Amino acid sequence: MLEVRDLVTEFATGAGAVRAVDEVSFELKPKEILGIVGESGSGKSVLGYSILGLVDSPGRIISGSVRFAGQELVGMPDAAMRRLRGKRIAMIFQDPMMTLNPVLSVETQMVETVLAHDDVSRKIAVERSVESLNLVGIASPASRLEQYPHEFSGGMRQRVAIAIALLHRPDLIVADEPTTALDVTVQGQILYEMQRLVRETGAALIWITHDLSVVAGLADRVAVMYAGRIVEEGSADEVLYAPRHPYTRGLLDSVPANNEGRARLRQIPGMTPSLAHLPVGCSFRERCSRADAECLLAPDFKNRTRCHHPLC
Amino acid sequence: MLELINVSKRFGKRLDAVERVARALGVKIAEPIVHAVDGVSFKVGRGEVVGLVGESGCGKSTLGRIACGLVVPSSGSVLYQGKPPAAMPRPQMIFQDPFASLNPRMRVEEIVGEAPLVHGLVSKMEIRNYVDEMLRQVGLDPSYRKRYPHQFSGGQRARIGIARALAVKPEFLVCDEAVAALDVSIQAQVLNLFLDLRERLGLTYLFISHDLGVVRHLAQRVVVMYLGRVVEIATTADLYAAPNHPYTQALLAGVPRLDRQRRTYAPIKGEIPSPLAPPSGCHFHPRCPRAMERCKREVPALREIAPGRLSACHLNDG
Repeated sequence: MLEVRDLVTEFATGAGAVRAVDEVSFELKPKEILGIVGESGSGKSVLGYSILGLVDSPGRIISGSVRFAGQELVGMPDAAMRRLRGKRIAMIFQDPMMTLNPVLSVETQMVETVLAHDDVSRKIAVERSVESLNLVGIASPASRLEQYPHEFSGGMRQRVAIAIALLHRPDLIVADEPTTALDVTVQGQILYEMQRLVRETGAALIWITHDLSVVAGLADRVAVMYAGRIVEEGSADEVLYAPRHPYTRGLLDSVPANNEGRARLRQIPGMTPSLAHLPVGCSFRERCSRADAECLLAPDFKNRTRCHHPLC
Repeated sequence: MLELINVSKRFGKRLDAVERVARALGVKIAEPIVHAVDGVSFKVGRGEVVGLVGESGCGKSTLGRIACGLVVPSSGSVLYQGKPPAAMPRPQMIFQDPFASLNPRMRVEEIVGEAPLVHGLVSKMEIRNYVDEMLRQVGLDPSYRKRYPHQFSGGQRARIGIARALAVKPEFLVCDEAVAALDVSIQAQVLNLFLDLRERLGLTYLFISHDLGVVRHLAQRVVVMYLGRVVEIATTADLYAAPNHPYTQALLAGVPRLDRQRRTYAPIKGEIPSPLAPPSGCHFHPRCPRAMERCKREVPALREIAPGRLSACHLNDG
């Protein structure tokens, strides 16, 4: 349903072009949940924006293709893209206030979204909004509809944002860290709703996060990003329980729950390189204990990972 | 080392002019009061690491500030080594946002060196070497001393915040979400630094976090708060093996974990109520799957259910 091939997104900076997304390829089937995991600056959010054609200047997609339901999205005219976006592809952001307008009632915003794509009466648009709020577990949706975003709590706002994303029953939802700002119990509720919604509506979901443990409970497949590239991709079981790339292994080892209590955590030395000054060859080379002369050449993606000396 | 006895903190909003006039005319308007911290008592022993967990609005940060002496409690008392925390060395605080807590217009050597100079711990002559030593202690290269905070990465900024706290030779550190803003791999490095420093300097920590995984790793004992009150205190091993309070149980069940694959999430219902209008009786009763009639009326006392283990739940009355 979604096929991304060799996608490259660059940002023009004073110090030259910086590749935020570098030759990324993956596929997604209907009903599938793909977790994209990475640390700050790994390019995971830019990848999400690139799929929806939301990369603004100075950034642009240099090459590669994004095929969605047989259509090529890269280079698609804005008008055609707008018809697709919000209708068949929806996005959920980390901060629900990026979706919501603080000075409009929820009803105005939801009805507007319905009417933007469908030629229906206002009455039907309101009915569909109520239905959508109900779907994400908001109690007494009809009266909540009249309220403004500031009258909702953080968790409720995120539910409203999800309800708006679901209004047109999209085939693909791209969610960028939607639970990161929420409390543990509220995060549990949202994860529960998303899991249920994917099962019920048959939508495919891309879940972008820095949190490996969220992905473990949710995703069918996991892609790990480092310095703009997917360094490992496979089923959730493979990636989380038998990682092949040393960076994936390092990330998993850094999680406190995977360590002996009060003992030193196994840590990855050094820090994430700046995208403007990536090391030659494999970008993880300088932090990797397995690196040798061969790693001065960039590794190809084969057998689940992009590494010259994979584990297991 | 640190003892909190029945500490409460209330924040009120003064009525504005219109409201005061209305009240003078006989309209019933009360000043809204938030019980941020409501009758909290516990001790932290020398060399101990105590974790303080809870969700937003539970009062954990306010309590941390009270422990540091940054906020004066409305009632109750704070004893630091048996005395009110007035004398040096006071407990030091490490804040969540490693950027917001560093003055962007000060050089690292000023940030780290200011407090010890003001308190007369070191003379102007020795300050240079002293700052270098502090930077080395947290794993930063002393040659960075002339740089400004924006020239550092998030993890390095966190280290500067720690160096600043250590510069006044504290024995007690309050870490308020000190690693929450960091990436996993950087978080691991900073947590290791906390463990190393504790071993080397014999520090005591009150470690405030919403991240139960981090607290489990670091703390020996855990205090769980909900809407200003302590609901459970237990050793880390006991708490994670068999949480007693229904809120602790829900909190632990809700945490996404690596070893739970594609499980079905079954969350507790409802949201955290506003601390402006907390529910009657046990604050947790509207969300509690095992709430009884009594929970609506009566506040459960925090009492010992096993040696060294406290919980505030009516279910323990059998």
